[in-house]
Amino acid sequence: MNTKTLALAQLPVGHTGRIDTLLARGMTRRRLLDLGLIPGAEVKTIRRSPAGDPTAYLIRGTVIALREEVARQVLVHTKIYSSKEDSNGSVKPCMQ
Amino acid sequence: MALLNLACSKKSCRNRSVPQNQFLRLTVALAGNPNTGKSTVFNALTGLSQHTGNWPGKTVQRAEGNFYHRNKHFTLVDLPGTYSLFANSVDEQVARDYICFARPDVTVVVTDATCLERNLNLVLQVMEITPKVVVCLNLMDEAERKKICVDVELLSSELGVPVVATAARSGRCLDKLMDAIDDVASGRIKTSPRLVAYDSEIEQLVQKIELKISPLVPEGLNPRWVALRLLDGDRSIIDSLQRYLREGKNSSFHWGEERALCIR
Amino acid sequence: MYQVSSHGSLNNALDEIYGSLPPEEKNALRDRIAGGIYSSAERIAGKVVSRKGKQINWDQKIDDVLTSRCLGIPVMLLLLGVVLWLTVTGANYPSQILASGLFRIEDILTGLFVQAGAPAWLHGLLVEGAYLSLAWVVSVMLPPMAIFFPLFTIMEDLGYLPRVAFNLDKFFRRAGAHGKQSLTMSMGFGCNAAGVISCRIIESPRERLIAVLTNSFIPCNGRFPTLIILSTLFMGGTVAASFRSAAASLVVVGLVLTGITVTLLVSRLLTKTLLRGEPSFFILELPPYRKPQVGRIIIRSVLDRTLFVLGRAVVVAVPAGALTWILANTFINDLSLLSHAAGFLDSFGRLLGMDGFILMAFILGLPANEIVLPILLMSYVSAGTMVEPESLAALHNILVVQNGWTWLTALSVMLFSLLHYPCGTTLLTIFKETRSLKWTLIALLMPLSVALLVTFTLTQAARLLGLA
Repeated sequence: MNTKTLALAQLPVGHTGRIDTLLARGMTRRRLLDLGLIPGAEVKTIRRSPAGDPTAYLIRGTVIALREEVARQVLVHTKIYSSKEDSNGSVKPCMQ
Repeated sequence: MALLNLACSKKSCRNRSVPQNQFLRLTVALAGNPNTGKSTVFNALTGLSQHTGNWPGKTVQRAEGNFYHRNKHFTLVDLPGTYSLFANSVDEQVARDYICFARPDVTVVVTDATCLERNLNLVLQVMEITPKVVVCLNLMDEAERKKICVDVELLSSELGVPVVATAARSGRCLDKLMDAIDDVASGRIKTSPRLVAYDSEIEQLVQKIELKISPLVPEGLNPRWVALRLLDGDRSIIDSLQRYLREGKNSSFHWGEERALCIR
Repeated sequence: MYQVSSHGSLNNALDEIYGSLPPEEKNALRDRIAGGIYSSAERIAGKVVSRKGKQINWDQKIDDVLTSRCLGIPVMLLLLGVVLWLTVTGANYPSQILASGLFRIEDILTGLFVQAGAPAWLHGLLVEGAYLSLAWVVSVMLPPMAIFFPLFTIMEDLGYLPRVAFNLDKFFRRAGAHGKQSLTMSMGFGCNAAGVISCRIIESPRERLIAVLTNSFIPCNGRFPTLIILSTLFMGGTVAASFRSAAASLVVVGLVLTGITVTLLVSRLLTKTLLRGEPSFFILELPPYRKPQVGRIIIRSVLDRTLFVLGRAVVVAVPAGALTWILANTFINDLSLLSHAAGFLDSFGRLLGMDGFILMAFILGLPANEIVLPILLMSYVSAGTMVEPESLAALHNILVVQNGWTWLTALSVMLFSLLHYPCGTTLLTIFKETRSLKWTLIALLMPLSVALLVTFTLTQAARLLGLA
């Protein structure tokens, strides 16, 4: 199966990825490590806030919301998803 | 503010110990991740006998309460809920400094049975500081509902410390938790925490540093843990240690609760 | 035992070791240490945890609604409306019972004073001043608080509050603030002092300070009764009686939304001026929904919140009531001190759509917002006695017939009440939390200038357009 590396902020809702690298430095990096975002750990994008940001991720059994500017600093690899999905996340139309 | 708190807590300690000197007084710290029902455990154990204030010099709430078990008087100190003890936030620093410098008789780590992995991260960090740990495996009712099973015996032997499964909301098994706290405090149960083994390079570095600092690290502080924090690049442990040593100079090295209250 | 002389050597050794580590190395080592602990945790959890079958994830299903793109914010506003409506309507009846009970006690007290042959001024000071303002505060504040705090605690216990922060964070981020500020604001509905204390949940000092300084834009329980009474009297009066409380709560919701908007605007202004800086690391846990523990909620919200806030209000209401009575009953040249002061402030008050008595009431009400309306009524009915709060008709008579209030007066008073400085206790709390006189002063003056600006602009605009 092909995998692709992308920023966590780009991981669409419902998709799972594995942490590849943390680009963040300093305190942000420390806080991310504290949360268990350690290379190899699994993360799933759960949902985006009604306003589009922040996004809730499932990290080691807990749902934690991160802002986009932080989620951009985490690289994950994930199985390639269908090209129909917008890589910015699933922007579903209101009321299907 | 801080001075006032200090004065109050000293006074209340004295008051408590006078009429109840037939009781042995023990201090129990309550640590845990946020949203693990830590405050429910705290409330269930202490009932209405609790008082709140600030941690000295910090605008972080400090809650303290008492409970009596097996003719002993326990003071339960509620630490801020944190994911880890790396001192990346004021909360984490308060919790870490209390466990390592105030040296409570027992540290209870409240964990969420429904997401154990994340919670074990904190348990393992606490066990690196102190061996006197009891794990409270809370929210068992929720875990049952979510059809999650935890092998409590196996967990206890894996960690090397007592594990008590509870459901604090309904008060289930809190007596067992109190038993375990007393057993560890009195030494009836000797804990032997299984510490995290890091990769060989880190272990070598830790040993090297430990060798160098262990004659210098004050009694009661785990040199391995200090060495690890230094490797971490955790500047705040040096600050906390220095502050602690400064304070310690003026008293005859009494490493009790009052000492911790002086740390500013 | 550790030797005093080795202090220096330990410090030096620590510094030396710390300094000897190459900076790049430190970063990598840290990652590996954190990773080492987590992989141990993973290994142990993998051994001891087992799952029996798949379980429907109810939290996700609930969140699909409560944080959905379309329903998230409307549901939140609806819940806010319902909570406020329950507080408004639910408080009416117990308020009336309490009021009639407490005013009956006033009659008994008066009887006792007369029997004992006490001088009139003593009766006035203690009964008409201190006791009446106490009676007002208790009957007006207790019922809404006894309803609001348990409802708020239920939301807290359910786990809904973090969802509110999740839904709203983007707006706060744009304002340079933290999403958790929405929770401190929610707490502010109960009591701004409690709201200020709750700002501790925001870790970053800069964002915490923003939340502290803007908390008073959320109407607390002390101001709610004023807003509710005035909106019932002026806005609700225009529709049929059966819709009155619904119309009044709509107006109150409108005011609350105004307060939220001002909060965001001022937060943004603060981040551009006094509190410049980068947004800090944002992290918000969305815990599973949990069944609230009703018994504990009632105990906690009644003991910790309701009685605490009520006690504080009573402590300030009694002396403030006595002081107001003195001001209203000490006469110089046939005019009371209060009227003198009000006359002095009157033309300024008119610019803001209000009058001198109203401004005096706000000034004297600094100790506690809940006494603003009683003080105002007391000074309008210059005899120094208060009308019974249960009688809307009597209130209408005093405000509209005798003192010429229009919808603009009512709206200006409501906006001023919403936006003006925090009460004395809140200011004290702000001082304790910030440990800074400067920020406490800013917390006083900044909302005041906003209130002056808004009421002035509104009044002048309404007059220019010929609306009032």
